[in-house]
Amino acid sequence: MPVTDVQHDPDNLTLTIVADFAAPVERIWEIYADARQLEKVWGPPTYPATFVDHDLRPGTRSTYFMTSPEGEKFAGFWDITEVDGPSSFSFDDGFADLDFNPNPEMPVGKNVFTFTEHDGGTRATYVASHTSAEDLQRVLDMGQVEGMTEALNQIDDLVA
Amino acid sequence: MTDTADQHEDRADAMFHALADRTRRDILRRVLAGEHSVSALAASYDMTFAAVQKHVAVLERAGLVTKRRSGREALASGDVEAVRSVGSMLTELETVWRGRIARIDDLIAPPPPTERNQ
Repeated sequence: MPVTDVQHDPDNLTLTIVADFAAPVERIWEIYADARQLEKVWGPPTYPATFVDHDLRPGTRSTYFMTSPEGEKFAGFWDITEVDGPSSFSFDDGFADLDFNPNPEMPVGKNVFTFTEHDGGTRATYVASHTSAEDLQRVLDMGQVEGMTEALNQIDDLVA
Repeated sequence: MTDTADQHEDRADAMFHALADRTRRDILRRVLAGEHSVSALAASYDMTFAAVQKHVAVLERAGLVTKRRSGREALASGDVEAVRSVGSMLTELETVWRGRIARIDDLIAPPPPTERNQ
């Protein structure tokens, strides 16, 4: 398991996860820069993601949807705020309707991804934060099936 | 959370017992995605209605599933709030992120050597 450190900051509703990957920084960056690779990792296999627009440049909006096992689609967007390839990028992520109009009723989270060279591989640091507990709750409510399905599948793998 | 440590442990026991069965995990997956009648669930498995009803009851006792009646039907849905009470919200978010990280790891893994290459 590549995750090496996890920190929960309940006061600032921030999750920080550090993972070490056995590939150079450029390879990891490529995953985030290439929509076809990004969609393989963003959604779980049960809720595959499809990125429609994705350019990874500051000021651009990436759009994607995830498809449930029943075929229902859930759309979201990333507003790319900062890019310093291949070292870091920041974006705000939120929910959208199926025409990719951001849903103003739903919270927007802030994310900072940083990649540094570490022992010939890449140390990735993911920081995800939300402005209020209510916001985080709503984000989890949207992703709950994803999270739970994932957890259940992990149990299945464990006992298989 | 105002539960005593014992209550928390009891609930964890009930939850893990409920999840220790393949059919119950499958039922939970379905009812988390949306409400299902017990008879519709029963039709999905090669077992009797009574057996499926029993599985739903175990999930219900563990607080993972809630049931309501509508006419002659018993309707079951996954109780995400109850599931969440076992862990914190950040832990739940962590699960989603760990999944993404595991998928990156899969993506960058070198393809397994084929016999032809050896």
